[in-house]
Amino acid sequence: MIQLNWLLMISGVLFAISVAGMFINRKNLILLLMCVELLLLAVNFNFVAFSRYLGDINGQIFVFFVLTVAAAESAIGLAILVVLFRERRSINVEDMSTLKG
Amino acid sequence: MLVEILFWAFASILAVSALAMILVKNPVHAAMLLVLCFFTSASIWLLIEAEFLAVVLVLVYVGAVMVLFLFVVMMLDINIEQARTWRTRYALLGGIVAGVVVFQIVSVIWTRSLGLDVTTGAAAQPATYSNTAELGRVLYTDYVYPFELAAVLLLIAIVAAISLTMRKRPGLKLQNISKQVAVNSKDRVRIVKVEATRPDTSSEDPSSSEKGP
Repeated sequence: MIQLNWLLMISGVLFAISVAGMFINRKNLILLLMCVELLLLAVNFNFVAFSRYLGDINGQIFVFFVLTVAAAESAIGLAILVVLFRERRSINVEDMSTLKG
Repeated sequence: MLVEILFWAFASILAVSALAMILVKNPVHAAMLLVLCFFTSASIWLLIEAEFLAVVLVLVYVGAVMVLFLFVVMMLDINIEQARTWRTRYALLGGIVAGVVVFQIVSVIWTRSLGLDVTTGAAAQPATYSNTAELGRVLYTDYVYPFELAAVLLLIAIVAAISLTMRKRPGLKLQNISKQVAVNSKDRVRIVKVEATRPDTSSEDPSSSEKGP
């Protein structure tokens, strides 16, 4: 039987790995977006685990909506990325300093 | 016993592939490792009997979102050598922050479990239980307005993504359909009355007679 704390640990480890990934890949926009996806996956793990162990289906509905929002977010994020690359020929975060005062 | 072995196998694959995803140099490899993460997560969700979400995760994430990621990664030609020099400076800071996050999450799990016994597992559902039917029953009754809102959100995302990436290329020759439809015959053909014969002149042109044979 899979214990609840095993799932929560896996979720925490996944969350921490993606946070570290945001620091390590902080210049590359595509990898930042991928880390956001991993972060949302870790959160979804918590939702599914608690939904299952409290016997409450509403947690899985929340996962459903998180998946929807994450799909929309990545679609628009990648569209912005494509436009940005077309303008600047680069996806380095440091090149985006137009608004710097 | 088999379930536990499978769980730990999938969990270790998940952790290793997530770790490899943030460390590899090539964005294409990172996307592939993220696909592996989603697959193993879907397997774990199947093990804890959240079947519908596991299938949705594979269909939506692996089938749509990651294909979109791979498409963008391969379409943009990114300088991998340059990307390699970006990392390593903040790896230590990232590691420390990740360690703190793990410490906090684990301590919360162990000390603030709110009376919930975290070391127990959920009882297996009966064989007649359908996760999809259960989700659908709640989704189309209690959550029908959020469901419709999510649909509108996806529509907005489609419109936004298309309108952001649409562009007119400078050298491209295109038909202007509305102009073509709105054209009149008068704009294209001008009928000019021309006399059938030249009016007879009294004196012959001297230049033409000199050039003639």
